[in-house]
Amino acid sequence: MLFYAINRLALAIAIVVVVIAVLFCMIYVIPGDPVRIALGPLATPEMAASFRAKMGLDQPLWVQFIRFFSGILTGDLGTDILSNRGVATSVLEQLPFTLTLIASSMLWAVAIGIPLGCYAAIHRGSLLDRIIGVLSVAVIAVPSFVVAVYALLIFAVHLGWFPAIGAGRRGEPLDQLHHLVLPSLAVGLGWVGYLARVVRASMLEVMGENYIRTARAFGLPRRTIVYRYALPIAVLPTITLLGIGVGHMLSGAVFAEIVFARPGVGKLVYDAINARNYPLVSGTVLITTGFYVLATLMADLFVAGLDPRVRASLR
Amino acid sequence: MSVQASDSAAVARAPGLTAVSRGFADPLGRIGFALVLLLLLAAVFADVISAYEPTKMLPRDRFLGPSYEHLLGTDQLGRDLFSRMIHGGRVALMVAFPAIGISLALGIFFGLASGYAPKWLDNALLLVFDAIRSFPTVMLALALATIIGPSLQTVVLVVILFSAPAYARIIRTQTLALRNAEFVLASVATGASIWRVLGVHILPNIIGPILILVSMDLPVVITTEAGMSFLGLGVRPPTPSWGSILNDGYAFIRESPWLAIAGGLPIIITTIGFTFLGESLRDAYDPKLRKDG
Repeated sequence: MLFYAINRLALAIAIVVVVIAVLFCMIYVIPGDPVRIALGPLATPEMAASFRAKMGLDQPLWVQFIRFFSGILTGDLGTDILSNRGVATSVLEQLPFTLTLIASSMLWAVAIGIPLGCYAAIHRGSLLDRIIGVLSVAVIAVPSFVVAVYALLIFAVHLGWFPAIGAGRRGEPLDQLHHLVLPSLAVGLGWVGYLARVVRASMLEVMGENYIRTARAFGLPRRTIVYRYALPIAVLPTITLLGIGVGHMLSGAVFAEIVFARPGVGKLVYDAINARNYPLVSGTVLITTGFYVLATLMADLFVAGLDPRVRASLR
Repeated sequence: MSVQASDSAAVARAPGLTAVSRGFADPLGRIGFALVLLLLLAAVFADVISAYEPTKMLPRDRFLGPSYEHLLGTDQLGRDLFSRMIHGGRVALMVAFPAIGISLALGIFFGLASGYAPKWLDNALLLVFDAIRSFPTVMLALALATIIGPSLQTVVLVVILFSAPAYARIIRTQTLALRNAEFVLASVATGASIWRVLGVHILPNIIGPILILVSMDLPVVITTEAGMSFLGLGVRPPTPSWGSILNDGYAFIRESPWLAIAGGLPIIITTIGFTFLGESLRDAYDPKLRKDG
């Protein structure tokens, strides 16, 4: 386990280093002058020169890379051009909003998707199983931003059941929850279908295993077999999926935040792009990517810790 | 040796043909096929079907509801939404096909290289594949669009960056599985060049399933284009794209629901159509490919 954990951790670190390098290349090597991107076409040469000096763009490339890298290691992601605050501060301020959205979406997707998949597996071939199957494929296919706009159109604009914008008043959990419903519907809907499919398939596989047959031969109640013996094993693959899911849901969250004008990293990066606030864009991309890598890493380690067979196969 | 190669190629191709017919036996596959056909016909005959120029503005006819003249009504500039929707399909396919084609070519090259190369090169390539795929899609798309500016080419580039490593990884696994197969070893032993081994012996044996997986990616690519255009990072106005129509619908959601409907509906139809078709083809072609057993 320790060997696997160290191995996996090394891979994660290597990935983060490559990601930083790619990000650096994207900013400094790809054609397109960051100064002109940041200041716009109307900038005077003097403005450009002072901006260059301020951002360290007048230094040789390798100096810039070392600066960029050591800045990241010390938690300095540069300065927000508009507000003059640290980029890390701005991003970390917005991150909880996004995490809340992702967590609530995940929660309701798990709460509905796993029982649906379980039901479909146990009643394999029934009408409801087929309906669940078709519906899950359909909701997986529809992108979250379409769901977001349609949810806004139907439930906020026409029916008026839920608020259309914002994250709710500070210190009023019920109001915040009310504001959370539509965005998390948009982010989580596809995952309900996805989880239902995965759990159904993995349940069917587990139900065919020898130890389940043995349990059945011993005359154990069906309920015990399903919930005590099969489900805990069948749920394992979904845990890795949840780790990957955090990354996918991040994409959904970006759209949901923009559509519902909700604070969060998605809204932050979108506004930063429109304001040409360049350091803020790269800082947000870096932090969210790091977060994504971390989530995948934790999911992998967690599964390896739970299931000795996974450990063996990954070694 | 060439007999061997054509034999294995024939084996790889034959189930493909029966797969198509078996795919149609599945009602969902038929629905998917019908939807995809609808999309393709609409895109090809866009000029014939649509009664208006998609960019023609009729300022006095803003925000009209559906009528006989305007099947889906008009948008905030008085443009016919049905015509824009039909022409949007063209844009979607114009992005999807080149993007997928280039990704597949790159994926095949790097995947074969990684699967057949010495261990160190394989590991290095794997690291790069995984690192690129570790970016959250939207974040990378946003960052790239900021740097190189919003355009159709940017969308294609984003798709390639995401798809090519994924294809390469799949092709690498398949190549690894085949590199020690007897007919490959035999070919190497007779002194075949590395290009011949990869191109004539390995590639034809892995390409069938790969093509199906790749075709299942079409809706993902179409969604990416729509998503980026929705954020204003893809197609530039006034070119109609489903994403930008949906964005208009979002901006004027209180004035008229028809913009949002004209933007979102084709995205839903297309993604569901391709997914149904792809799934039934995949199941028919090779049950082992099913991710969920």
